Amino acid sequence: MKKKIIKKQEILIGGTIDRPGSSRDYKTGFWKEQKPVWDNKKCIQCGLCVNYCPENCIPFKDEERKETDFDYCKGCGICAELCPVKAIKMNKEDKNE
Amino acid sequence: MSKQKSVKYKALTGGEAAAEAMRQINPDVFSAYPITPQTPIIQSFAQKVADGEVSTKFILVESEHSAMSVVVGAAASGVRAMTATSSQGLALMVEILPIASGLRLPIVMNLATRALSAPINIHNDHQDAMLARDLGWIQIFCENNQEVYDNNFLALCLAEEMSLPVMICQDGFITSHNTEKVEMISNSQVKRFIKKYQPKFSLLNLKKPITIGSLALPDYYFEIKKQVSEAMAKSGEKYLSFGQELNKITKRNYKYFEAYQTKNAKAVIVALGSTAGTIKFVVDKMRKDKKNVGLLKINLFRPFPYQEIKEILKKIPVVGVFDRTLGIGSYAPLAGEIKHCLNAKQIFQDFIYGLGGREIDPKDIEKTFENLLKIKKSGLETKYLGLRK
Repeated sequence: MKKKIIKKQEILIGGTIDRPGSSRDYKTGFWKEQKPVWDNKKCIQCGLCVNYCPENCIPFKDEERKETDFDYCKGCGICAELCPVKAIKMNKEDKNE
Repeated sequence: MSKQKSVKYKALTGGEAAAEAMRQINPDVFSAYPITPQTPIIQSFAQKVADGEVSTKFILVESEHSAMSVVVGAAASGVRAMTATSSQGLALMVEILPIASGLRLPIVMNLATRALSAPINIHNDHQDAMLARDLGWIQIFCENNQEVYDNNFLALCLAEEMSLPVMICQDGFITSHNTEKVEMISNSQVKRFIKKYQPKFSLLNLKKPITIGSLALPDYYFEIKKQVSEAMAKSGEKYLSFGQELNKITKRNYKYFEAYQTKNAKAVIVALGSTAGTIKFVVDKMRKDKKNVGLLKINLFRPFPYQEIKEILKKIPVVGVFDRTLGIGSYAPLAGEIKHCLNAKQIFQDFIYGLGGREIDPKDIEKTFENLLKIKKSGLETKYLGLRK
């Protein structure tokens, strides 16, 4: 994942941010050392991982769990730990991906 | 605004001089917690608020930590905010001081300098001001009440221009509680000098919403802090240019330092604050006896004007430095800075004096000058003035 960095000259004094929603640009996904791999076939759609994800980055739409948003997933592994059917495995993150 | 008639002179203590300047500045918010010897500042300003001489919102708080937090919030909202404190009060504010500079808020603080506990002591030395010397605050030291009054206006302009907080340091009791003749600047002149405040950012500007106090991790923190030190470096020149503007009104000089009788001087003492006045008295006396001694009084301590001091001291063979604070395990703050400004041939001797309000009188200073005139090599050890043997 490539990180977007604001140029030094464009940083406002005092770290002030002059537009809303900028935390979306701060993709914390690059922090992760491990990546959750989700097996849709094993998944029973219980929604535990969705509710417990501290980053709120597992989407649940139309009564269905969707793929994790890796832009924000920090790789904490809570989803894999909780999954009652072991449908999520933590793999080593390939930083060059 | 003030209903008072403009008068040319007033008899004011240093604390009252600060309050009088604040009356004319009329800050939008003032928040402080009383502590000796800052009390005359807050007490006389509270009177002016109660009398309706200012439209300032005086916010009473339960501690200095809260007082500093209130002015940070007020300044972030885009208004003029001021405070005042001393000693332990400043120590309690320390957590918020780098936040004020880090957020680039133009807060002005009057500090009546006092010793730090323990042992508890209410009298003057510079340990409190030195505690805050590396936290991104511009620091101006005042010799007398007139300087306290004048520097309040300079500090306000400087703070707003550079988006940095400023600390105006006056000596607790010696300056803050002693009455002197202070030449006033008229209300209209003050108004013209300080202009209308145009904040660079304001939390209350709904047309341009901003975030203040954002998280900056290793990828941004360094750059943002560097901006603070760059602004600090530039603020020296701005102090001089605002000083020139103020000079047109008052005819007094506002420089990085005052070089008093340094021409042809064989020995010079470098000092901060009210002691400079006593040293001037001794210099005059000794010059009459054809002894070439002088004084370098530092006005702007942060940013420290290294190059200019180097230039002024380069022909002085012996330099003594007076610190009214301890160097514990190091040179005392002023001595450490001055050492950077000297070459290898110059003789350097550092002195520590007056801790916890211990008196220093002209005789001590004269004896020190006599010793400096005789000295042949740099002192290896810090000397302590007025300490019992």
